[in-house]
Amino acid sequence: MAGTGIGARVERKEDFRFITGKGNYTDDINREGQTHAFFLRSPHAHATIKSIDTSKAAAMPGVVGILTGADIEKDKVGGLICGWMIHNKDGSPMRAGAHPALAQGKVRYVGDHVAVVIAETLAEAKDAAEAIVVDYGKLAPVVDLATATKKGNPVIHDAAPDNQVYDWHLGDKAATEAAFKKAKHITKIDLVNNRLIPNAMEPRAAVGDYNAGEEAFTLYTTSQNPHVARLVLSAFIGIAPEHKLRVIAPDVGGGFGSKIFIYAEETVCVWAAKKVGRPVKWVADRTEEFLSIAHGRDHATHAEMAMDENGKILGLRVKTRANLGAYLSTFSSSVPTYLYAPLLSGQYNIPAIYAEVEAVYTNTAPVDAYRGAGRPEATFVIERIVEVAARELGMDPAAFRRKNFIKAFPHQTPVIMCYDVGDYDASLKKAMEIHDVKGFAKRKRESAKAGKLRGLGYSAYIEACGIAPSAAVGSLGAGVGLWESAEVRVNPVGTVEVLTGSHSHGQGHETTFAQLVAGRLGIPIENVSIVHGDTDKVQMGMGTYGSRSGAVGMSAIVKALDKVEAKAKKVASFVLEASEADIDFKDGKFSVKGTDKSVDFASVALQAYIAHKFTGEQLEPGLKEGAFYDPTNFTFPSGVHIAEIEIDPQTGVTTVAKWTAVDDFGVIINPMIVEGQVHGGIAQGIGQAMLEGAFYDAGGQLLTASYMDYAMPRADDLPSFRVDHTTTPCPSNPLGIKGCGEAGAIASPAAMINAITDALGHETIAMPATPQAVWRAAQASLAKAAE
Amino acid sequence: MYNFNYHRPSTLRQANGLVGKVEDNKLLGGGQTLLPTMKQRLASPAALIDLSAIPELSGIEQKGRNLVIGATTTHAEVASSDLVKAAIPGFAALAGGIGDPHVRHKGTIGGSIANNDPAADYPAACLALGATIVTNKRRIAAGDFFTGMFSTALDEGEIITKVIVPTGAKFAYTKFRNPASRYAMVGVAVAKKGAKVAVAVTGAGSDGVFRWADAEAALGKRFNPKALDGVKTPDAKDLNGDIHASADYRSHLIGVMTRRAVTAASGK
Repeated sequence: MAGTGIGARVERKEDFRFITGKGNYTDDINREGQTHAFFLRSPHAHATIKSIDTSKAAAMPGVVGILTGADIEKDKVGGLICGWMIHNKDGSPMRAGAHPALAQGKVRYVGDHVAVVIAETLAEAKDAAEAIVVDYGKLAPVVDLATATKKGNPVIHDAAPDNQVYDWHLGDKAATEAAFKKAKHITKIDLVNNRLIPNAMEPRAAVGDYNAGEEAFTLYTTSQNPHVARLVLSAFIGIAPEHKLRVIAPDVGGGFGSKIFIYAEETVCVWAAKKVGRPVKWVADRTEEFLSIAHGRDHATHAEMAMDENGKILGLRVKTRANLGAYLSTFSSSVPTYLYAPLLSGQYNIPAIYAEVEAVYTNTAPVDAYRGAGRPEATFVIERIVEVAARELGMDPAAFRRKNFIKAFPHQTPVIMCYDVGDYDASLKKAMEIHDVKGFAKRKRESAKAGKLRGLGYSAYIEACGIAPSAAVGSLGAGVGLWESAEVRVNPVGTVEVLTGSHSHGQGHETTFAQLVAGRLGIPIENVSIVHGDTDKVQMGMGTYGSRSGAVGMSAIVKALDKVEAKAKKVASFVLEASEADIDFKDGKFSVKGTDKSVDFASVALQAYIAHKFTGEQLEPGLKEGAFYDPTNFTFPSGVHIAEIEIDPQTGVTTVAKWTAVDDFGVIINPMIVEGQVHGGIAQGIGQAMLEGAFYDAGGQLLTASYMDYAMPRADDLPSFRVDHTTTPCPSNPLGIKGCGEAGAIASPAAMINAITDALGHETIAMPATPQAVWRAAQASLAKAAE
Repeated sequence: MYNFNYHRPSTLRQANGLVGKVEDNKLLGGGQTLLPTMKQRLASPAALIDLSAIPELSGIEQKGRNLVIGATTTHAEVASSDLVKAAIPGFAALAGGIGDPHVRHKGTIGGSIANNDPAADYPAACLALGATIVTNKRRIAAGDFFTGMFSTALDEGEIITKVIVPTGAKFAYTKFRNPASRYAMVGVAVAKKGAKVAVAVTGAGSDGVFRWADAEAALGKRFNPKALDGVKTPDAKDLNGDIHASADYRSHLIGVMTRRAVTAASGK
């Protein structure tokens, strides 16, 4: 499509500044008189702090201040919070331990914050930190997810005496048991969703600033949701009331969920700015990120699926243990529960589902939402068990899926969600055609001739995005509503500033949101600026995560644009001396029905501000409108990914030979940006399946604390992806958008493992399927074949 | 990083003077290992003596049947050298596969072999090709130079000036990269000159680069991957194991990579 409106492949407006080094990231911000913070972190996974002696360090050159948990306590700085209450099976609330920004009496993971040194330079802060003497009383650590709640284990938080955070369930247990009684075949799997460490290109950073004259704080921080950060820092942590705390999240270099949360470091920087009377800056180095950013995933699951004699699914039961790490991060509790189990129906008509989730504390970094957040974990369970079931039944995996697809909408699943629209057959069919699934057998023979094992795997995923209807999530325990806000400010010359509560940290909102506005108002896209990330500019917002900015954030802009258009029509009716009802607005022009009289948008904007054509009694001057949009349902992006891989059984090296993705994202604003999101998501999912994994040793030391040991996907690990779409517009929002930000990461791990197990001829492979793991599995396959 | 003094001599004579005189100094080649280590505060020399401004230490020449490579010659210069590509193409390819473009344009051959990282590429090639390491004091055969993990025969104050690499061998280096760091998890250099075959293994040995004698004997009789059938790969107890590769997997990979190096060296 030509032009710049919805559906056009407009190049990203923001990229020029990013690729020419003119971005403005938190580390680019330097305040007058700024000091530098360095955090002394725990070298132990689990220990009491008997004493901290800072006297020698405090006397070292350049040291401005040293703060510890005792200062936090003295100043009554509140603890970090978990904003989603989960209830146990028996109705009691989850067991949450306190989470002070600086440790009080105890450290609970390697990297936990013991003290902060604030100095004139970072080097001086580090030198002084080395001189702090901490007397630790080492405790045995609890590291292993499987045995974390074993009787007699050391207790991590007194509030959770058996290290269990909650024991939660969803679905109908009796109905599911009845379905299993009728089953002709039951498929059982055990799987692990491996722990991942987010690696945004920009590490976290914060600058805290305090204006003593105005008694007001400013925090510059790498946040995906600065308003939520302000709310939490004000209302719960108690830094300052909201009108005295400005949070600015300037250009942010990627988040993937990890920058949703309110962390200890930014809390300390803003609090300490007043304590030392100077701005305080902290920038994480990469190892600090590995140690202390919220990790992702880390589930162990046993799942069983019941089928009748024809291969129809009758029921699903799932038992998951989720590792939440040493403290409950901001949204951690919701990830293995309401962001996970409601997606276990996948694209399938499953009459009965019962899921049980036990979340545990361990002496490891906190675990929270990471690209997909619960939905990749659910997809991995359902898409693995469906694949294994088809293989056990001797059915073609595509045919098995088709047989069980939901075909009528709306569809109420047994686990909360009501799917509004979709056409799962269409995306499967299109993906199989594009992929040339028919030619796979021939390609497999050719691989075999070259001594290679070839496999093909499907993943027919669904996700719930556009989070979320506020009342609905409130009833499930969310501490906030998940609407979005927008304000459209039309300037007298007809240029437009759009203030949004969404936050762009790689998504390209400055382009896509401008496409919407330019198209709707009929003005050049250059005349539209998108303003975000500053609580003094944008009044309130809920930020960007969960693929919500298109479906929710843009819907709020549409609502504001509706109001702008209505007001502008009023102005135009005075300018054109016609009745308001006779004014049409199209292609940037207001015209009087049935005449050739018209006036363009910019002229109407000017008239709205000079206000010469109407009186104050007739119309308010100006052209500026705001709106809040609260979604009425989740959106349900879905699709089919097909992975085709080749294994070198001599080395275990797996090559992704071919990848096809056919996604249904509803209406697409900018296909180029959507393809980028899908490419990045698949790369992350392939990373999880083949490369990435956070490993702690038995003592709780992180073995993968740098790129020497944590394997990120690189360009040469990936094939050229074939990405296409089917479209069923979302009925619950005005643009028909479903969301695309997480789909790739949700779909791809299951497709990869399904392809690898197809090549191997057995199911025993864990993620990450590294060359070593695949080599061992391939040896087992070859031995079996030789029998 | 802690504070340190920085010296940048412009002649080898000046450098010789400095190494004897400056307390707690370390020689700086391309800094691709030393500087990150210092940034992480894992190394804290009082002084660095930067060798990069000494013209006589850099450059590549063919001298008779040898390539003579100056110690501060970068990996990128070796990889793109027409002399190296013509004389020992596998050696140029090895240099072109070290690290990433940044590392290849800063890192030097002298720095790499002086560090003798157990996962570095050059030590295997130097061993297999029978290179000679020339210092400001003496000439050391590669076989005597690499004495164990991160250790060499270099004395205090000794500066590598050049590496002499004999030409005329069939040579190939095959590397199985660590999925995370991309360093050699197992790297095998194979060189055949006349009936003599040398096989040097990097990345796998628990005490750094080593020669695999059993493979050399078998390949000396018949230079073909099949000659290794039935030859037991190095004992896992002498090899590294970590989260990426256990010792027995590394042992297996040595066999695979050696076969592939033989095939490549044979020009097949």
